[in-house]
Amino acid sequence: MRKYFGRKIFVYLLTFFAAVTINWMIPRLMPGDPIKSRLARASLTDATAAEALYEYFNNMFGLDQPLWQQYLNFWWSLLQGDLGISIWNFPTPVTDLIMGAVPYSLGLLLPSIILSWFVGNWFGAYAARSKWLDNTILPLGYVLTATPYMWLALLLAWSLGIVAGLFPAAGSYGLSLQPAFTWTFISSLLSHWFLPFLSLFLVALGGWAIGMRNMIIYELESEYSNYLQALGAPRRLVRRYAFRNAMLPQITGLAVQLGTVVAGALLTEIVFSYQGLGYLILQAIQNQDFFLLQGTFLFIVIGVLIANFIIDVVYVLVDPRVRVQMQGGAK
Amino acid sequence: MTLEVSDLQVYYRTLRGDVRALDGPTFGLADGEIMGLAGESGSGKSTLSKSLIRLDGRMRYIGGSVTLDGDEVPIWDDQAMNEFRYKRISLIPQYAMSAMNPTRKIGKMIAELLESRGVRFRDTRDELHRRLELVGLQRDVLDRYPLELSGGMKQRTVMVISTLLNPSLLIADEVTSALDVSTQRAVAETLVEFRDRRFVKSMIVVTHDISLVYQIADTIMVMYAGRLAEKASAKTIIEMPKHPYTKMLLDSLPEVGVKYEDKRLSGIPGSPPGLLKPPQGCRFRDRCPLADKQCLEQPPFVEVERDHHVACWKAE
Ligand SMILES: Nc1ncnc2c1ncn2[C@@H]1O[C@H](COP(=O)(O)OP(=O)(O)O)[C@@H](O)[C@H]1O
Ligand code: SF4
Ligand SMILES: [Mg+2]
Repeated sequence: MRKYFGRKIFVYLLTFFAAVTINWMIPRLMPGDPIKSRLARASLTDATAAEALYEYFNNMFGLDQPLWQQYLNFWWSLLQGDLGISIWNFPTPVTDLIMGAVPYSLGLLLPSIILSWFVGNWFGAYAARSKWLDNTILPLGYVLTATPYMWLALLLAWSLGIVAGLFPAAGSYGLSLQPAFTWTFISSLLSHWFLPFLSLFLVALGGWAIGMRNMIIYELESEYSNYLQALGAPRRLVRRYAFRNAMLPQITGLAVQLGTVVAGALLTEIVFSYQGLGYLILQAIQNQDFFLLQGTFLFIVIGVLIANFIIDVVYVLVDPRVRVQMQGGAK
Repeated sequence: MTLEVSDLQVYYRTLRGDVRALDGPTFGLADGEIMGLAGESGSGKSTLSKSLIRLDGRMRYIGGSVTLDGDEVPIWDDQAMNEFRYKRISLIPQYAMSAMNPTRKIGKMIAELLESRGVRFRDTRDELHRRLELVGLQRDVLDRYPLELSGGMKQRTVMVISTLLNPSLLIADEVTSALDVSTQRAVAETLVEFRDRRFVKSMIVVTHDISLVYQIADTIMVMYAGRLAEKASAKTIIEMPKHPYTKMLLDSLPEVGVKYEDKRLSGIPGSPPGLLKPPQGCRFRDRCPLADKQCLEQPPFVEVERDHHVACWKAE
């Protein structure tokens, strides 16, 4: 077991190193000059002032140094938790921008993934035992999973948001408000949260339900189920075993889904102008803010790596078959 | 008689019609009898053995009766059958390797199974330990997951589990076909030992390999295309078979006692008829060298000598 995790950690470290390096390279290969474009938008008329400012910014971001120096600097500041300063939102540190966006992404994704997991599995498990439920849930589940997310999100924003006017369809909270611990702010936050949450919840729900239903039916037809039934075991016991075994892949699936949380829900945040990580990425790209882009990507890479490591652990903890094999079982 | 089966008919309902996989066998099983059930693949052996314990979803009971120790066995009623299962009729499945829940420790699974059948695990534990020892297993297999056992160990564990409640009838469907020769022999000997110790009263041992079952069976029953061809003592079947099909089946095998490697199986020319629309009369007709007009009528399964039943017009 120690050997297994030792090897895993080594692979993760290697991946991390490669990811950081690639991450550093990509924005530098992108066309365009971010500082020029920023200065252009500031529309300075005085050419010498522009020149001076350009020098100033270049210096500050370290772009005038040789590439290898930039690369070492990058690692050095990374290890200190310094991801540079945003160009788009000058002079806010990238770390601050990310930390400001993370709660919104998590607040959207964690509840939608976990709730859809519970509700979906619950429906799926019931569908596996009742013809009536099976005939209604299954087609509904397939429709939900087959719907492209974009459609679903736009449909919700349009119907519940714009036509019915029940919920705001854009933003994280009311434009006139400042984040504060007041009832007005919190209720505005919740009503803005609802539609993006619902879209993510619905789109994941069908998949969980169908997965659970199929897994249970598969387990119920397996040979150990057959043997139990031939020995007259009551349905209750057979179902309990089938349910437990069907849960194992679902738990791993949940862990995998949670691993994607850090990546944010780019599409959701764009459709609903919700200011999480995905929204930051979009801004970074549109403004050629490569510090911000690098920072968010790095944050995501680290998050995905950690999440994957947790998945590996969960996988071993949850399934005795994997555990036994790792300790070198008989066969 | 432990078991009496009379004119049992079990079909598979399919979209194209009924597959008459079990068409009216009538036979008995004496107390303490180990009966080998032989026949080519597709002759209905599994259908017969499943019918006696649990019809699978596609099987339909059509008619006939089964009695065990004088009680009618309601094989058409899945709920009522639960009373018989395990306690009075049990089985060692063909898939013994994967018969145990992979994510439960074996001991825990047995405890849960027994408790669910209203048997106190605590009262059975000592006997369970004794029987595991008898088949050469340490009692710590109960603390392991099935995955931690070798194939042979799993096979023996399942044999102990299946017979733990001393059923009257044990059905073993092709239990040896996945094993190597020495393990096959050990399994066969264990079955005999279980009978001798009265763990089980009578047994049906299904196999497509007559030479293996000959070593342990008191009687052998041969099936062909959903019907009985012949039943007699093992010795009689091997030495003086009367049904042309039994004779050809034996000819296709190496001499009993001779190893497989020494002689190649020749097989019987032709193949069994489809059971969706089985031919009129004797179902062996197209492959039988003795067939004539009379065989257009179905031959009855009759006792031609004491304890020797045959279904063939030409068997006198
Ligand atoms: N699920 C099924 N649907 C239709 N026909 C089946 C099914 N299972 C078995 N049969 C048919 O029933 C006959 C007997 O099969 P089986 O009892 O499995 O034979 P054996 O065990 O002797 O090989 C065969 O002709 C087979 O094709
Ligand atoms: S009844 Fe006729 S066809 Fe059938 S086995 Fe006997 S001789 Fe052959
Ligand atoms: Mg079979």
